[in-house]
Amino acid sequence: MYRDLKWKIPLILAVVLGSVLLAYPLKEKISLGLDLQGGMHLLLEVKVEKAVEASLERLADDIKRDIFDDDLELDRIKAIYEDRRVNVRMVDKLDLPPVKKILDDYPFFSLVSEDSDGLGLVYQLSADHVEQIEQNAVSQGLETIRNRVDQFGVSEPTIQVQGERRILVQLPGIKDPERAINLIGKTARLEFKLLDEEHSLEQALSGNVPEDSEILYQRVVDKETGAVTKEPFLIRKRTVLTGETLTGAEVRFDSDFNEPYVSLTFNSVGAMIFQQVTRENIKKRLAIVLDGNVYSAPVIQDEIAGGRAQITGGFTSAEARDLAIVLRAGALPAPVVILENRTVGPSLGKDSIDKGFTSIIYGSLLVVVFIIFYYRWSGVIAVTALFLNIVLLAGALAYFGAALTLPGIAGIILTVGMAIDANVLIFERIREEVRIGKTVRAAIDAGFSKAFRTIVDANITTFIAAVVLFQFGTGPIKGFAITLCIGIAASMFTAVFVSRTIFDATMSQRKLDKLSI
Amino acid sequence: MKIINSDTHFDFMGKIKMTMTISGLVILIGLGSVALSGGLKYGIDFAGGTLIQLQFKTPPDIEVIRDGLKTISLGESTIQEFGSKRDILIRIQRSEEKLEAVGSKVRNSLGGKFNKEDITIERVEMVGPKVGRDLREKALLSILYAIIGIVIYISWRFELQYAVAAIIALVHDVLVTLGAFSILDKEFTLVIIAAFLAIIGYSLNDTIVVFDRIRENLRRRGKNTLVQSVNASINQTLSRTLLTSGTTLMVVVALFFFGGEIIHDFSFALLVGILVGTYSSIFIASAFLVYWDSRH
Repeated sequence: MYRDLKWKIPLILAVVLGSVLLAYPLKEKISLGLDLQGGMHLLLEVKVEKAVEASLERLADDIKRDIFDDDLELDRIKAIYEDRRVNVRMVDKLDLPPVKKILDDYPFFSLVSEDSDGLGLVYQLSADHVEQIEQNAVSQGLETIRNRVDQFGVSEPTIQVQGERRILVQLPGIKDPERAINLIGKTARLEFKLLDEEHSLEQALSGNVPEDSEILYQRVVDKETGAVTKEPFLIRKRTVLTGETLTGAEVRFDSDFNEPYVSLTFNSVGAMIFQQVTRENIKKRLAIVLDGNVYSAPVIQDEIAGGRAQITGGFTSAEARDLAIVLRAGALPAPVVILENRTVGPSLGKDSIDKGFTSIIYGSLLVVVFIIFYYRWSGVIAVTALFLNIVLLAGALAYFGAALTLPGIAGIILTVGMAIDANVLIFERIREEVRIGKTVRAAIDAGFSKAFRTIVDANITTFIAAVVLFQFGTGPIKGFAITLCIGIAASMFTAVFVSRTIFDATMSQRKLDKLSI
Repeated sequence: MKIINSDTHFDFMGKIKMTMTISGLVILIGLGSVALSGGLKYGIDFAGGTLIQLQFKTPPDIEVIRDGLKTISLGESTIQEFGSKRDILIRIQRSEEKLEAVGSKVRNSLGGKFNKEDITIERVEMVGPKVGRDLREKALLSILYAIIGIVIYISWRFELQYAVAAIIALVHDVLVTLGAFSILDKEFTLVIIAAFLAIIGYSLNDTIVVFDRIRENLRRRGKNTLVQSVNASINQTLSRTLLTSGTTLMVVVALFFFGGEIIHDFSFALLVGILVGTYSSIFIASAFLVYWDSRH
């Protein structure tokens, strides 16, 4: 009669053993969510339109060069950001056809209109190309951020694209979240630009800025007082060299003042341009601009060969090291902004774990004592099933690699409360059957089979809610949903299958006249 | 051992009028409170904003913190104790997209008044308005999809009127809990939405157990009226209902008292939801079945 115990008991033992192997030791096998181990969750948005603008600007520059190369007389060329267009204006009407020919080499530009005076052309960047630029900005941004994080040294970071323009960065256990934010988010666009020394800075400051120049500032920190002042510079818009040609960036210390600075090395192309620029501009000032801020603007004393330069700027050594990291990893193709930041310190995380487990233990103890008191021997079976439920839950969490979060712990607690429900349903049914005079065997059979359908219906509806929560939830909520899902599935196995097997096994040993329930 | 007699014959359906009135009043008061306070009180997850949790070595004076914060013009902020006198929670309506680290900015602003070393930044949460809007949409959708999924399942397993009754009961539970949150001036966050979905799941679980028995009893009801069958079903499942609610409440109470500040509101929502869920499966869901039958 109890022949199927021969496969049921080994099956149960195998499942339990498997779970134990998966989850032991707990500390290594179950990963903790950021809210429990401390860490930083950052959701960034890539400002892709800035990458499109930069690209438009670059293309306009290229076209300008081609026009000059063909000895045509250009009036001006202007990038119109909003429409992703460029407006090319010539001095002579007859120059338009050759300009059109030049533009034929730029397949992603199409002619949309001609200026009414017959001197200008308007070209538009194709939607496909814009999309390409935007996609590149996101994927390159991701790569760059990954490089930076790798160099910063964080164990098991998560860095991934979310949606179209968002990048998710999760840094578990990070000690100094604020430094990490600066490191990750810095655009790190390095540019070398000549100062505009032909026009007066005073006039520019009063609002009369020359067309080809702009005012940029240098942040000056007074060593004594710590006060920050901003020093303006009139700088040419044209960039002579960018950080793209960098091959290295390292922290060095000034031998006189022991002040840290960042030493740069260029590749051969960069070195050549740098040499040419310094040769042609001796005694002029060259500004080193990072993300629109002037770091220094030394006077070029002599032609510089060999492709080396340095950035000074009153850094602390940590600042210099971080700057070297971002320069090595390269610039972000477009700036990023923070959409969401959730940072939990390690002590709060530990506190949450302690409190979570305290409540699990107290809550479970209450339930265990109550159930054993209420159902006696059958109660012990229910509690055994409950215990196995938690073991399976731990095994499944380890197997799926799901991180345990604080809401996840709440999910476990809720599972403990609800898993007992299946046994309560069964036991109450058995009691009813016993009351109407059935034998122990028949009562157990009827109790299990009648309660089974109810248990399935009740659990599946809760399961639906949990799955939806998993699909739509973010972060910690997912942790709650997954523990609830696994807990429900596990409770179907333990409360129904395991406790039934234990009943059967007991009955196979001796004939019971009275059930302890 | 038994808590209640196995052979009860309470006339639950005879009390419907009274319970409906009570439920209606409770929901009205709750919704009234929501209306009076100008809508639900969203936490930063949904409204956007910044939240900073600081721990001080010794209990600080909140007024001194307030003065310190004024120096860095963060806009409107609220400062409150969080669990203990040493833990302070600062909420700022504005969210900063820039890469400036708001946590250290706040700590620095307090530098003159406290020893900076004595202040630990425990938690910083910043949610931009865009993400807040996304999360709000997602939360609403998740509740909606959960309800749709459940209606489909119950209609398939039972009949349509059971599904409708179950949904009315769970909407009732959510509304009552919502009202309790509004009256107690608690905030809606992502975690609370998770609690609401758990309540939905629990409420259904409870309702379905009763329905299952009603369906079973109706198959062999003989001369019994629907009301008699429903009453009998509720009585037969009564001890199970109380036991399960009891054990679940035990753990939720443990969570409420020992789980810590961060999930305090979460466990509160569950506490209310489970009590109301138990009540509604008897007095709302089953009552609706009787009502439906009287109309058809």
